[in-house]
This record gives sequence, structure tokens and C-alpha cells, in this order.
Amino acid sequence: MTGWLRVRLFPGPVNGVVSVLLLAAIVWAMAPVVDWAFISADWFGTTRADCSGAGACWVFVTARIGQFLYGFYPETERWRVDVAALCLALGLAPLFMARAMRGPGLVFGLAFGALVLCGMLLIGGAFGLPYVPTRRWGGLMLTLVVAVVGIAASFPLGILLALGRRSRLPVLRGLCVAFIELWRGVPLITVLFMASVMLPLFLPGGAEMDKLLRALIGVSLFAAAYMAEVVRGGLQAIPVGQYEAASALGLGYWRSHALVILPQALRHVVPGIVNTIIGLFKDTTLVLVIGLFDLLGMVQAALTDPNWLGYSLEGYVFAGVMFWAFCFSMSRLSLRFERRPGVGQEDTA
Amino acid sequence: MRILCAALAASLAITAASAAATLDTVRQRGALVCGVSQGLAGFSNPDAQGRWTGLDTDICRAVASAVLGDAKKARFVPLSSKESFTALQSGAVDMLTRNTTWTQTRDTALGLNFVATIFYDGQGFMVRRGVGVDSAEQLDGATVCVNAGTTTELNLADYFRARKMRYTPVVFEKSDEVLAAYQAGRCDAYTTDQSGLYAQRLKLQDRNAHTILPDVISKEPLGPVVRQGDDAWFDIVRWTVFALINAEELGVGQTNVDGMRTASADPRIRRLLGADGRAGANMGLDAEWALRAIRQVGNYGELFDRHLGKASPLMIDRGMNRLWNKGGLLYAPPIR
Repeated sequence: MTGWLRVRLFPGPVNGVVSVLLLAAIVWAMAPVVDWAFISADWFGTTRADCSGAGACWVFVTARIGQFLYGFYPETERWRVDVAALCLALGLAPLFMARAMRGPGLVFGLAFGALVLCGMLLIGGAFGLPYVPTRRWGGLMLTLVVAVVGIAASFPLGILLALGRRSRLPVLRGLCVAFIELWRGVPLITVLFMASVMLPLFLPGGAEMDKLLRALIGVSLFAAAYMAEVVRGGLQAIPVGQYEAASALGLGYWRSHALVILPQALRHVVPGIVNTIIGLFKDTTLVLVIGLFDLLGMVQAALTDPNWLGYSLEGYVFAGVMFWAFCFSMSRLSLRFERRPGVGQEDTA
Repeated sequence: MRILCAALAASLAITAASAAATLDTVRQRGALVCGVSQGLAGFSNPDAQGRWTGLDTDICRAVASAVLGDAKKARFVPLSSKESFTALQSGAVDMLTRNTTWTQTRDTALGLNFVATIFYDGQGFMVRRGVGVDSAEQLDGATVCVNAGTTTELNLADYFRARKMRYTPVVFEKSDEVLAAYQAGRCDAYTTDQSGLYAQRLKLQDRNAHTILPDVISKEPLGPVVRQGDDAWFDIVRWTVFALINAEELGVGQTNVDGMRTASADPRIRRLLGADGRAGANMGLDAEWALRAIRQVGNYGELFDRHLGKASPLMIDRGMNRLWNKGGLLYAPPIR
């Protein structure tokens, strides 16, 4: 420890002074923030009267935490959301385990099964679970639903689009290019707005399509276009020799891509994919414009309660910390993919 | 393009047809669907239990109890301002109670009908107490904080120009920025709609050191909206609002409504509560439509006090929203 300090912070007089100055600047800048957020903050209570006003009043967040996490999901059914989250985490865990990739079919099957099970748990209406309409979904739960469905749908779709764009069949290639350029060329807010406002005007009177479903389709198609371009970057990085080698082994188009090309190509673009996923996660806040309440929307709605007017800073800090925690976890998890040995490499993990 | 237009026209024709009998749709569904704001203090905001609460939502609950017999059968769809009119036109909601300002363009060009005014809002000013200003007429030479690019900014300019007074605008994009500038003392007055001023005042650290001037310099009548072309439904919503206003005028409230029904000899009260006359039957409802609305939700005065007035943190002065015989603008035609 002392060795590290000497080498990294105080290798010489000039560097030492710089280190001390910088540390002092950090302390000077952070002290009021720490004081506001922790030392002078109010943590316990149930109403505005429990806020002393000296620092942050986290009572606002603790009093509303149920709404922030579950939205308007009925209180007696909230355990279903917890179980769904747990089941999703367990279902996706093998994806992040180095050795499990030996049987990718099983791993992806498990993840897909977990997704379906989660959906059934959340919607209900079967197995004696009461039906919970999607208009009651909200908060962090809705953010995760939009993000997870968006990621799960856009990833395979993006790969297909990327392959399509590199295809030798002109019609297929043209369609894929048109799709990608169309969806990449419009802002997500426009897509959501079209899905929410214009679509009902074109559907016949009775045919009401679920608002969340419309948003999910919009988000998935939008993200797929971005994903396609990231994957295409990976495909272009594969030397032509790999294609020739795969052909020489007698592999057809699909088998050569599944076994030789894609495993290498995707590994190259993990940072790009994660970038797209994190962007998608943060873009989920836009669903507020179509009247769906994600985590941020729920915080903003709670801020309009006359009993809690004026605590916007606490609300936004809470939402920001939550979003940061999820995005940072995703970035950390992605490192596991990057470190994982690829096809033809020795498993050193 | 032609196909697109045809599809649009066809779908509009279908929505117009489906609009023909909102009452039947609501009864069949067993729920009344109202479009509300995504959060506006005192009008519609989620409370601690996640229930939508406020003046707007309670108007919807009153209609639900008049039509379906149960205020709990009101269902709320939070809508952004951009999608609210489309949601009504497409039939996604049965009515809007979304603090919508009644203007000529909206009423005539959008295929909508404004039902009644439930809140007379208008642009006002907030100033610090103790600076000797008790009327907007005394603001000559003042610095005024205002939101950018809104009608608020235009109203402000018109007001001062018409009175040949000078002012310096301090303009910001977001309401919270405007408030912060006012709090920091960068301007003498803060202007926005009065209901907004009361809500913003609650956010100030020294909220009792500020006062809202009585002057109102613009007209912002807020009220429920229904689709054009369904007069029966329009009547039901309109007379539910009128019943709540009449109830306050006649002294009928949530606590005494059941006693009044049997005990009152006042013919106006007897007609309102369905003891006499055919007020309900004329609209295709039962005799106790108004009785239920008052019992389950309250009369207009009770709604105002609960969500905006003295029983709420907002403490909005009733001002123009007093009854006509108490110096306000609220005037409901008689039930006869």
C-alpha cells in the first residue's frame, strides 16, 4: 500500500504537490455533496413534516419506493414482480458463465424460457393468478420490461438484418438496407409517438392494441437497426480466409456463420453491443411521452403530489443513481464476455 | 398517398360511428375511462397509495358514479398533452379531464366539445411580501421571471404594453429554473398561471414570505372535453358538473346528502336528488344519479377545498371560482 502510494502519487516533489492539490480539490468539491446527501440528510419518517430541510430528505423516496419500483401494480400482487425478477436473473445467469457456452442451445433456451415465464407471471390470468393489465405496470419494473424485451428482440433481429445487408440477394439486401436506414433515420420519440398516436387512428374502432405492446415493438425495431450496424462492423472485420476455410470444411451458409463467423464477429463488437444496450436502457425513459410511467416518469408524477412539492432534487438523484447502477452493472458484466476465450482459443478461465 | 388518405378517412368515419353511443360503451365496459394529466398538483397526481387524485380525477369519478353507480369504476389514462386529443378522437378514452384550456380553435376545429368550466385559471403574479406591492398595476419597472416561448410570455408583454408600463423579462426554459431565479432574487415578480403559482410557491424555502397578487391578466378556463357528435353523452357530463355546482349552492354536501333526500322540502333540492321530477330519466339515467355523485365525491366546494383550497397544501384562493352569488363566476343552470 505505501509502496503504491509512493510510486503512484508521490514519485517526486512536483508530482507530490499536484497529487495533494488534486486531492484537496476533490475533497473541497465533494464535501457539500456528501453533507447534503448523507450527513445532514433526513432518512426516517413518513411525511413532509419529517424533513428538517438541512440536507436531502430521503423520506420522499422511502415513502414512495413501492411506486418507484412497481408503478401502479396492485400491492398484493407485487411479490410476482419480485419472483419474475429472480427467475429472470437465474435464467440469464448461465449466459455469463464461461463454461456454459459449450452448449449454447441449452443456455439460450433457458433464457428464453425464463423470459416467457416472467411475462406470464407479470400478466397473470392463468394458474390462479389474477390478471394485471399493462396500464398498471410502471416504475423500475416497466423500465426493465421495456429494456429486456427490447434487448432480447433486437439482438437476434439485428444479427439477421446485418447478415441480410451483406447478402448477395439484391432484394433481400435492399429490404434490409431500407429497414435499417429508415429506423436509424428517425428519432425514437417519433417512433413511439407514431405507435401511440397515429396507429389508433388507422386501426378499426374496436381493435385496441395494447399501448405497452406498441411501445415494445417500436423500441425493438428501433434498437434492431442500431444493433444490425454494430454486428455488421464485426462481420466486416472477419478476414475472408475464415469464410474460405469454413467453405473448405464443407459448411453451408448457416453453419459456417453459426460456427465460424458469428462467434468471432460478435466477440469483436461486444463493446459496441453493450453501448447500444446501455443507450436503449436509458432511452426507455422516453416512453413517458406516450403516457407510460417508467422509473423516471413515476418519480416525476410523485413530485406533483401537493404533499411532496419541492423535493425534485431528491427524486432526480434517486432516479439517476438507479439508472447509473444498472448501466454500470451492464458494462461490468460485458467484460466477462470480452474475457471469455473464443472459438479455437484455450479456456484459461 | 391516396391510399393513406383513404385509410385515414375511413378510420375517422369508423371512430365517428363508434362515438355515437358513448353511454352504451361505458355501460357495456362497466368502467368509465378518463384521460388525465401525467401529474399536475391538485388536478391529477398519484397519491401515496398510487391512486390518481385531484379535481380533474374527481370530476371523472362523479360522472362514473352518476352513470355506473360507483366512483371506483372510473379508470384513468395519463396522457401527455400531445396525445390527449387524439386519444379522445380515437375512442381510447371516453372523456378528457385533463386541465384543458377551452379555446375557440380547440372547440371548433378538432371535433371536440368543451363541456363546462370547472376551474377558472388565469395568469397571475407572485411577489415577496413586504415590498409594498398589492396589485399588478404597481409593477411598473419591475423585473419579471417568465417561461420562454409560452403564451405566458405574450400575455405579459400585452399586459404591460396596454398599460404603458415598463418591465424587464428574465426568461428561462424550465419552470424550475424560473423558480430558482425568482428565489435567488433575480426578479421582483414571477408570472405563470395562478394554479401553477400556488404549486410553485410550495417549493420555495420561505413559502410564507411570498404572496400571489389578486390580478388575473389572462383567461384560462379549464374543463372536461368530450367527442363531438354524441349529444347525449355531452349532456350527461355537463349536467354532472352542473349538479355538483348546484349542490354547493343549495348547501347539499357529502355528509348531509342522504338526510336531505328525505328531509328537505326545498323543491330545488328535491329535483336535484331525484325525489321529484325526471332529471335523471331525461338523460337515460336513474333518479339518483346526482345523489350518488354528491355522496361518493362531494359537491364542487368540497372538491375544491379538498384538492386545491384550504384543506390542501396548495391553499389556492377560490377567487373567480366562487359561486356566482358569492362574487365568483361559477353559475350552473337550474335543474328543473
